[in-house]
Amino acid sequence: MRIGIPKEIHPGERRVAGTPRTVKDLIQMGFTVVVEQGAGNAAEHYDEMYAEAGAVITNDVRSLWADSDIVLKVHSPQYHEDLDAHEADLIQQGGCLIGFIWPAQHQSLLDKLNARGASVLAMDCVPRITRAQKVDALSAMANAAGYRAVIEAVNVYPRFLTGQSTAAGAIKPAKVLVIGAGVAGLAAIGTARSLGAIVRAFDTRLEVGDQVRSMGAEFLELDFDEEGAGQGGYAKVMSKEFLDAEMKLFAQQAMDVDIIISTALIPGKPAPLLITAGMVESMREGGVIVDMAAQQGGNCALTEPGELKIHKGVRIVGYTDLPSRMAIQTSWLYASTLVNMIDEMGGVQNFKIDLENEIIRGALVCHKGETTWPPPQVTPPVIATSPDQPRADTLEVTKVEVKKPAPWLQYLVLIIAALALFGLGVSAPESFLSHFTVFVLACFVGWQVVWNVAPALHTPLMSVTNAISGIILIGGMMHLSGAPTHTVTILSAVAVFIAAINISGGFLVTRRMLSMFHR
Amino acid sequence: MPNTLSTVAYTVAAALFILSLSGLGNPETARRGNFFGIAGMLIALVATAAGQQFSGYGMLALALIPAALIGWVLASRVQMTEMPQLVALLHSFVGAAAVLVGFATLLKPNHTMIGAEAAIHTIEIYIGVCIGSVTFTGSVIAFAKLHGIIGGKPLILPARHLANIIVLLVTLWIGSQFVHAVETEQIARSLWLLGAATAITALLGIHMVMAIGGADMPVVVSMLNSYSGWAAAAAGFMLSNDLLIITGALVGSSGAILSYIMCKGMNRSFLSVILGGFGAAEGTAVEVEGEHREIQVDQTVSLIRNAKRIVIVPGYGMAVAQAQHTLSELTKDLQSNGVMVQFAIHPIAGRLPGHMNVLLAEANVSYDIVLEMDEINHEFPETDLVLVIGANDIVNPSAIDDPASTIAGMPVLEVWKAKDVIVMKRSMASGYAGIANPLFFKPNTQMLFGDAKKNVDAILTAYRSG
Repeated sequence: MRIGIPKEIHPGERRVAGTPRTVKDLIQMGFTVVVEQGAGNAAEHYDEMYAEAGAVITNDVRSLWADSDIVLKVHSPQYHEDLDAHEADLIQQGGCLIGFIWPAQHQSLLDKLNARGASVLAMDCVPRITRAQKVDALSAMANAAGYRAVIEAVNVYPRFLTGQSTAAGAIKPAKVLVIGAGVAGLAAIGTARSLGAIVRAFDTRLEVGDQVRSMGAEFLELDFDEEGAGQGGYAKVMSKEFLDAEMKLFAQQAMDVDIIISTALIPGKPAPLLITAGMVESMREGGVIVDMAAQQGGNCALTEPGELKIHKGVRIVGYTDLPSRMAIQTSWLYASTLVNMIDEMGGVQNFKIDLENEIIRGALVCHKGETTWPPPQVTPPVIATSPDQPRADTLEVTKVEVKKPAPWLQYLVLIIAALALFGLGVSAPESFLSHFTVFVLACFVGWQVVWNVAPALHTPLMSVTNAISGIILIGGMMHLSGAPTHTVTILSAVAVFIAAINISGGFLVTRRMLSMFHR
Repeated sequence: MPNTLSTVAYTVAAALFILSLSGLGNPETARRGNFFGIAGMLIALVATAAGQQFSGYGMLALALIPAALIGWVLASRVQMTEMPQLVALLHSFVGAAAVLVGFATLLKPNHTMIGAEAAIHTIEIYIGVCIGSVTFTGSVIAFAKLHGIIGGKPLILPARHLANIIVLLVTLWIGSQFVHAVETEQIARSLWLLGAATAITALLGIHMVMAIGGADMPVVVSMLNSYSGWAAAAAGFMLSNDLLIITGALVGSSGAILSYIMCKGMNRSFLSVILGGFGAAEGTAVEVEGEHREIQVDQTVSLIRNAKRIVIVPGYGMAVAQAQHTLSELTKDLQSNGVMVQFAIHPIAGRLPGHMNVLLAEANVSYDIVLEMDEINHEFPETDLVLVIGANDIVNPSAIDDPASTIAGMPVLEVWKAKDVIVMKRSMASGYAGIANPLFFKPNTQMLFGDAKKNVDAILTAYRSG
C-alpha cells in the first residue's frame, strides 16, 4: 500500500505529517511512502533525508494525492493555490485521509470529502480513553504548545522569572497564572515552575486540583459549588453566577501576577472571554498574557490572533502556531501518533476501517460517502456530570456495570455454612469436634503464614510443604507394630517407605534450592 | 515414652512446621525455615517410634532407611529445570501413602468406637482414601505431562463435566454403602467397596489432569500440593492424630493459596482451570497477521550495546534450553559495564510457582534484580531494551487490547512499552494458550529465532569480543 505525505500549505505551518524516522517505521511495516518535494523543509527534514529513509520524493502533487491509498496531513485540507484546486478534491476515490480535521468547524469540507467517498480519520476526534493514548495527537501537540507558551512569554517578559538575591538587590520571582489545567496548562505549569516562577492555576474542573498541585503550582478555587467537568474530561459551559465569581478572581489575580497563560477552551464552542481590557490594563507594566485560545477567538478581549500586541505596557501574545514553532519536535510527535494509528488500523497486511474498534470509530468522520461524525455515544463520561445536567441514560449504564453478585447468594452460603456447623455441633461426638477445632485453626494459621511467603520462594515452599506432608509416615508407623506378614503391617510399611522418600527428598531438594538464593 | 510426652513432642513438631513455613517469608530466613521443618519431622518420628504402642522397629528400619536413601539420591541428582516433575512425583507419594494408610486402618478395626463415632471414623477413612487416590493418579499424570511422557495438550472428552458429576455421585453412593458395610461388619464387602472407590477416584484424578493444558500446569501442581495436604489431614482424622491434622491443614492451605495466586496470575477462576479444556480451540480471538521483523545476533548485540537499561523476561523456553547460566554471565558483564539489568518474572512463568526464580538463583543471579510483575510493569516505558527469552503468553498484548481473546484480562508484562523488544523463540509458533501474539508484529519488536541457549551463547561471545 502507498502512503502519501504532501507539503503543508497552510500559511505559517512548519510541521509535516512524516519525519524520516516515522517514514522508516512505515516502510518497515511494509508500506511504500511518497513524500512531496520540500515537504519537510520548514521542519528541517530535507528531501535527501527522506530518500535515505526509503521514501520516494515527488514534485507531482496531484498524482501524490491521487495514487496514495492513505494521505497523511497535519492541517485539514484546504484550497491549494498553486494547483487551483481544493486538496479534498485531489484525494483518491475511496482513499483514506488521516490528519487534523476539526469537523465541527468544517462542515463543507466533510461534504467535499464525502463526494470523493473518502474514509477520513480526524486525529482531533480520537476518543479520550486509556488505550488511545498512543494515538492522542492533541495531547502531544498541547504538551508542546504549553511548553512553548511559557518560552514565548519569557521571551517578551523584561524581567527574570526566578527570584535572586544579588549584590545590587533582591529580585522577586515572577508570578504566573495558568488558566485551564488541561494537558497544555499542566505543561505550562511545569515549564514555568522549572524556570523558577511562582505558579498558580485555575480550572473549572475541581478534580484536576491534585494534578496541578503535583506539578508544583497552587490551585486556585472559587468559593462556589459547581463542578465543571463535561464529557470526555473536557470542560463545559458554566452558570452565570459561577462565571461572575470566576471573573472576580481573575480581576484580583491580574493585579497580582506578571504572566498569564490562558488555555481555556470548550469543545466546539468559541473560547470563553475571561480577561477583559480592564484586567489587562490593571496588570503591571512588562506583564505578559499568552492567549493559547487565540485561534478560537481568544480568552483575552484584546488578543489579535497570530500577533504579538503591546497594550499599555502589557504584551499580549496571540500566536496560533505554537506547536509549529518547534516543528522538528512536534512533527515527530505528531507523525508518531499517525504511525500508531496506522498500526491500530492493522498495518499493511490487515489494513481496514474497523467500525468495531473504539479508537477508529471515534476518529472516523467520513466513510463511504457519509458523515460519521459525531460517533454514537458508547462510553459514559469519565467524571460524574453536574446536577443541572443529569444524564439519566449514562448514569443507568454505570449502575448496571457496578452491579454486584446477588446478595441473597452470599447470605445463602453463610446460612448453609451456619446450619452445617450447627448440625455438626449437635450430632458429632466430642472426640471428632476436638480434632475438627484443631483442623480449622491450623487452616487459619496456614492461611496467615503462607501469604507472607515471597513469590520468589514459591517453589521451595512447595517442596518443603511436600516434605512435611510426608508426616503421613506417622500414620503408617501407627499400624507397623503387628506381625511382619500381616497385610496391615505390609501396607503400612509400604506407606512408610514412600512417605520417607518424600521426606528426605523434599527437605534435601529444598535445601539445595535455598542455598542458591543469594543477593 | 508416655502418651502425654508424645503429645507434647507433637505440639513442638507442629510449632516447628509453622515456623518452617513462616521462615520462607524471605530468602534470608528461608534456610532456617527448612531446618525447622527437618527438626520438626525428626521430633515427630522419634516421638512416634518411642511411643508405648510402637514395637515394629525392624519393619521401620527396613522401610525407612532405603527410602531415605532413595529420596536423598533423587533430590541430589535432580536438575533444577526438572523441579516441576519431581514435585509432582512427590505429591503422588503422599497420595499413595494416604490410600495405604486408609486401607490399613480399615483392616485393623478399632472396637472401642461405637455409634456416631464409629460412623464418622468410617467416613474419615473413606474420604482419606478418595482424596489420596485422586492425588496419586492426578500427580502421576502431572508428572508424566511435565516430564514429556505424555503430551501437554488437554484431553477433552465429550460430556466430560457430566462424566465428572456422575463419578462424584457414584463415589458418594459407594460411600454410603461402605459405611453400611462397615457397620454391619461385612469385612469383605467393605474392602471391595473401598477398592472400587479407590479405582473410580483414581480415574477421576487421571481425567482431571488430562483435561488441563500445559499452561495451567502451575495451578495443577499447586492444587495437587493442596490435595496432598488434605489427604494427610484426612489420615490424621482417621487416626485421631492432631499432628497429622495440623500438618495436613498447613500444607493444604498453602497449596490452596498458591493455586489462588496462580489463577489470579492468569485472571481465570479456579473452577475454570480445574474443569480443564484451556488451550483447546475455544478461543474466538482474531488471528493476528502481519510481518514480523527478524534480527540476527550481531544486530542484537549492537542494540544491547546501545542500551542503558535492559529488562530480561524469561519463560519456560529458557528453562528448556538451559540458557540461565549464560544469561547470568551476560548479566554480570553488562552490569560491570554500567548497564542496569533486571529480570521480570510473571507469576505463571514456567511450570511451577516460582520456577524462574529458582532457575535464576541456580545460575547465581542475585535476587535483588529479579523482580515481580507488579514491581516492574510500570518501568517498561523507561526501558531501552527488553529481551524476551522463551516466553509468549505472559507478554501477549491481546490480554489487554483484545476483549475477544481467550486470555483477555490476564495481567501481562507490558514489554511493548519499552523502546526495543527482542523476542528469542524457536519459531513463530503460538504459546500454550494456543493464540497468536501481536507483540511479534509490533514495530519495536524484532525476532531472534533459534535455540535460546545457542543464541545467548553467541550474544555473549560477540559482546565480549567487541
